[in-house]
Amino acid sequence: MTAQAQQADPKRPEPGSPEPGEAGSVPDLRTQFAATTNELIESDPRIAVVLAEISADRFAGAARRHPDRVINVGIREQLMVSMAGGLALAGMRPIAHSFGAFVIERAWEQVKLDLDHQDVGAILVGSYGSYDWPAGGRTHQAPGDVALIDTLSDWVVHVPGHPAELDAQLRSAAASTSRVYVRIGGEPNPEAFPTEKDAWTVLRRGTAGTVVAVGPMLRNVLRAVAGLDVTLLYAPTVRPFDVDTLRSTLDAPRVVMVEPYLAGTSAAQVARVLADRDHRQLGLGVIDPDPHRYGTPGDHDRLHGLDSRGLRRRISEFLTP
Amino acid sequence: MTATYAELDRLMGLMTGDEKHGPSATSTLDVIWVLYDQVLNVTPQTVDDPARDRFVVSKGHGPMAFYAVLAAKGFIDEDQLPGFGSYGSRLGHHPDRLLIPGVEFSSGSLGHGLPASVGIAHGLRAQRRDARVICLVGDAEYDEGSNSEAVVYAGRAGLGNLTAVVIDNQSSSHGWVGGIGRRFAAEEWLTHDIDGRDHEAIATAFRSTSPDRPTAVIAHVEPKG
Repeated sequence: MTAQAQQADPKRPEPGSPEPGEAGSVPDLRTQFAATTNELIESDPRIAVVLAEISADRFAGAARRHPDRVINVGIREQLMVSMAGGLALAGMRPIAHSFGAFVIERAWEQVKLDLDHQDVGAILVGSYGSYDWPAGGRTHQAPGDVALIDTLSDWVVHVPGHPAELDAQLRSAAASTSRVYVRIGGEPNPEAFPTEKDAWTVLRRGTAGTVVAVGPMLRNVLRAVAGLDVTLLYAPTVRPFDVDTLRSTLDAPRVVMVEPYLAGTSAAQVARVLADRDHRQLGLGVIDPDPHRYGTPGDHDRLHGLDSRGLRRRISEFLTP
Repeated sequence: MTATYAELDRLMGLMTGDEKHGPSATSTLDVIWVLYDQVLNVTPQTVDDPARDRFVVSKGHGPMAFYAVLAAKGFIDEDQLPGFGSYGSRLGHHPDRLLIPGVEFSSGSLGHGLPASVGIAHGLRAQRRDARVICLVGDAEYDEGSNSEAVVYAGRAGLGNLTAVVIDNQSSSHGWVGGIGRRFAAEEWLTHDIDGRDHEAIATAFRSTSPDRPTAVIAHVEPKG
């Protein structure tokens, strides 16, 4: 197999590849991230942005104005995350950003030790989701990011499905001292559901079971459950896990989580929430982290059964076994 | 209650059970003593002062010398030393900043302290604080590539408030051609090669800094046996 070798410089931003959502009326999430963060840099002197080349062009002006707070360290992700820890130790509110594969997975021990173990806060922002750029292959995909974060303690995980949600989440995170991972990926939903205190939104009620659509999964889930007698919840934040909304709206104890990262990532959360009830659950998401396939996000939706037809089939089978 | 340099061996003995300690156990002792005795602007009363100097021990392994100095200078009570490493002790075989007042960084895994110190230095500079950051690493610890990321970047950023001190006991398996100081000098750090047992030389080196370049002090001690 020589497919990998054909890409001479796999860590450079992809030339000529469209940004997700570029063609639609809703701005893409990464553009919103840059817009909101640039505003936060100007309004809050505690904010410090650390980059490892990725997206640095979107912060060039801010870097000239604030050279000690907007820092591009070059292609050095370990340093980027360690510096976020050091900036927090010095009293700043750091935001570190790269593709999810690099900010979480490449620099994993730095996330674990220089943020979590030091008990300092930071906002990590990972773009490209699970397969925003399938033609880029495995190196730029991070379907395991949320599962990894789950091995640590006290992280907030946002999975915004709309730029307005991302904007609110970033502003709220900037004002806190928590450890926050913002997972940017997927095609934005047409409609935003800003929530208070990271609670999930009840989109409709039904009796056959509950389907939880996480972030950008909502678009396909809405089509998939059309006409099905289910409760539909929308979750742009998955950690903390909204126990109250899930339990208070639960009718039949059957829960389907539809997540844009590894299938079953939240299975332990569902099991914990429903430990006192006989229940069944189904975890839908990315089923193969390394399929060795290129193509489009739509191709990979179908590969993992996350297109509306695949979702409808599996949700229907689960509800009526 | 503070103690003198002559009492450090006894304080270490409270942790190790030995009355005399070889070069390996004390490779960092003189540098850490001089830092707390003459260089660092931090006391047990100012461990939370945003303007304090920061001492980051990146090489967390073998912390007895560090704990002995912290005890000698009143950051921790001497009666905590005998429990070293036990379940109820704050003092582990790698230091934990959440457990020990005055410990700035929890270390153990190598190659984290210097990159984090670059972040601290930037944060202090962004807040226009005069405090400095001094980070202790080992010559074998420098094997970890994350240190190289920090050294290259800190040189370009001209972090004059950052000092790295390398305790060089020649314990790196593959070594550093021409001396480890060259790695820093090549990235435009100010470097000082000194005898890591000579207190006057240690103090002088830490005071010889530049406003727009980071400083590396290479403290040579007896080769690890």
